Amino acid sequence: MFPELIDTRPLRRAVDDALNWVVREWGGAFEAAAHPLLMLLLAIEDLLIATPWWLIIAILVGVAWLSTRNWKLPAVVLGALLFLGVMDLWEDAMTTMALMIAATLTAIVIAIPVGVWMSRSLNVRKSITPLLDLMQTLPSFVYLIPTVMIFGPGKIPALIATIVYASPPLVRLTDLGLRSVDPAVMEASRAFGTNPRQRLLGVQIPLALPTILAGVNQTTMMALSMVVIASMIGAGGLGYQVLQGIGRLEVSRGLFAGLGIVALAIIFDRVTQAFGKQLQARIGLAEAR
Amino acid sequence: MSDITTNPELAIAMRGVTKIFGDDPQTALALLRSGKTKTEVQTETNHVVGLDNVSLDIAKGQIFVVMGLSGSGKSTLIRHVNRLIEPTAGEIIVNGTDVLKMDLDALRTYRRTQIAMVFQKFGLLPHRSVIDNVAYGLEVRGVGKDERLATAAKWIETVGLSGYEQSQPRQLSGGQQQRVGLARALAMDTDIILMDEAFSALDPLIRSGMQDQLIELQKSLGKTILFITHDFDEALKIGDRIAVLKDGALQQEGKPEDIVLRPANEHIEEFVREVNKARAIHVRSIMTKGPGEPCKILVPRDARCEDVLPLFAEHEWVGVQDENGIQIGSITAKQVIRALARHTPAPVDAVA
Repeated sequence: MFPELIDTRPLRRAVDDALNWVVREWGGAFEAAAHPLLMLLLAIEDLLIATPWWLIIAILVGVAWLSTRNWKLPAVVLGALLFLGVMDLWEDAMTTMALMIAATLTAIVIAIPVGVWMSRSLNVRKSITPLLDLMQTLPSFVYLIPTVMIFGPGKIPALIATIVYASPPLVRLTDLGLRSVDPAVMEASRAFGTNPRQRLLGVQIPLALPTILAGVNQTTMMALSMVVIASMIGAGGLGYQVLQGIGRLEVSRGLFAGLGIVALAIIFDRVTQAFGKQLQARIGLAEAR
Repeated sequence: MSDITTNPELAIAMRGVTKIFGDDPQTALALLRSGKTKTEVQTETNHVVGLDNVSLDIAKGQIFVVMGLSGSGKSTLIRHVNRLIEPTAGEIIVNGTDVLKMDLDALRTYRRTQIAMVFQKFGLLPHRSVIDNVAYGLEVRGVGKDERLATAAKWIETVGLSGYEQSQPRQLSGGQQQRVGLARALAMDTDIILMDEAFSALDPLIRSGMQDQLIELQKSLGKTILFITHDFDEALKIGDRIAVLKDGALQQEGKPEDIVLRPANEHIEEFVREVNKARAIHVRSIMTKGPGEPCKILVPRDARCEDVLPLFAEHEWVGVQDENGIQIGSITAKQVIRALARHTPAPVDAVA
């Protein structure tokens, strides 16, 4: 038994009291602050559900074709979407897709500037990297419970938990992409008298775009992997079907909803990867690797 | 120092430029100043001496070559001129302005308007077409789209890449990519162009062609070109003046024939021994000066020994004429042979 060096009970109590105090005094303010996120999520969800199913299939298959100029990927996408429709999972899939898209968009808005900031300063990188490790490894329930206490069960805590879990790879890959731009090109740009903003927007970001897109791909995948946990606190969608299947020992419901999540993952993974490859080829990095 | 800031003939003047890489360069600088060598400073403080008290005067309108082996500090030297590297000590005056006193804004304006650079690894933007690469410097300067594309198109034609305007850099060969790099620098229309081992990555035939083109361009445009190379033959071919750098210190500076005929030390002798002297030595530097007797055959004043050697098969005297066709001197085969033979080690039996 490890000897008790100090009494940690006051510390624990202080943390619990602090959280309670925040919930009591600031709960409303937090909820109001997160309202735009909820608006974004609901807008995307309403749009996806209101759009006829055939139009969504046409759009996604079209995007898949644009990303590869090849019939294979569109066929896979069509198959995955038909599966969702046939299995009566369409509306749940749209809800899950909305959560994933909202989380990814928010993650992009937050993570790319943080990645840029990290790439510029060693000190910032040293202090943010442990935070990212924490966000990725801390079991999600640990921050899920306080978020539910603050915002109440529903879509907001689900969305926030998804963003926390899904942003780190995008931050890391943005930072990596910006730092691995060919130093010879950066020096040439500097020699022509560019300022840091011109170098960032004109050289670094365009050349790091394939890596940043790989980060976006990772973020969508991690967001999808959170949907079951998110549905526990009221996100609904395919994750909720999985939960119900488990709860009612209805293996078929859980299995087909689970396969539905896989179908969504395949669509978004393959399409973003194909765009990344296309981009790489356009700036001539494909041959160099 | 007033002489170097006001002398209008000088494009670039460097005085006592020293660069020490490391965390605490001032301490290492004090050691270096106290007479320690580069190696001693490195073992004692773990600081690398990049440049050691280099002073150079580069006159306007010439190709000035800095020659040195890898690690001699030549690439460090050229990056001081547009302050891609900050010196630890010294002064750098370009077109009469002290580059080191510029603040960031002034430095950017200076890089945008007064100086252009060509890189060994080309440094082209891989996501932009050839014409957008050539127009890049003008775009940074704030020139309007139509004007900069027109200028870029003109320079692409000058370097012989017409038809490739919309290509991506990766679709071009190394030689073509460096032509894009050259066009990008020329499009800036600056008086000074820095070329950092610009032709070193190219294969020999292409390199030779690019050297000829550079000499042609310099003649027609009258730019000041600071050219860095590790290739002594290249230095002799294109340089109006050559500076030799070793371990960050200047070994010798002078006209190509000064270096070939009077190498200052052992290190330079080693280069000279390997070199084709007939190509390096201008006949005007060894001829008998004065109009003298009119010769049947005349060569231009920038002819080199290799140009006149075949003529001696038919003629005893070859005259040298200036731009106006007036004979300014003459030369015999003996004079040429004497110049070429100098500094070649004597055969063993002759010594015995």
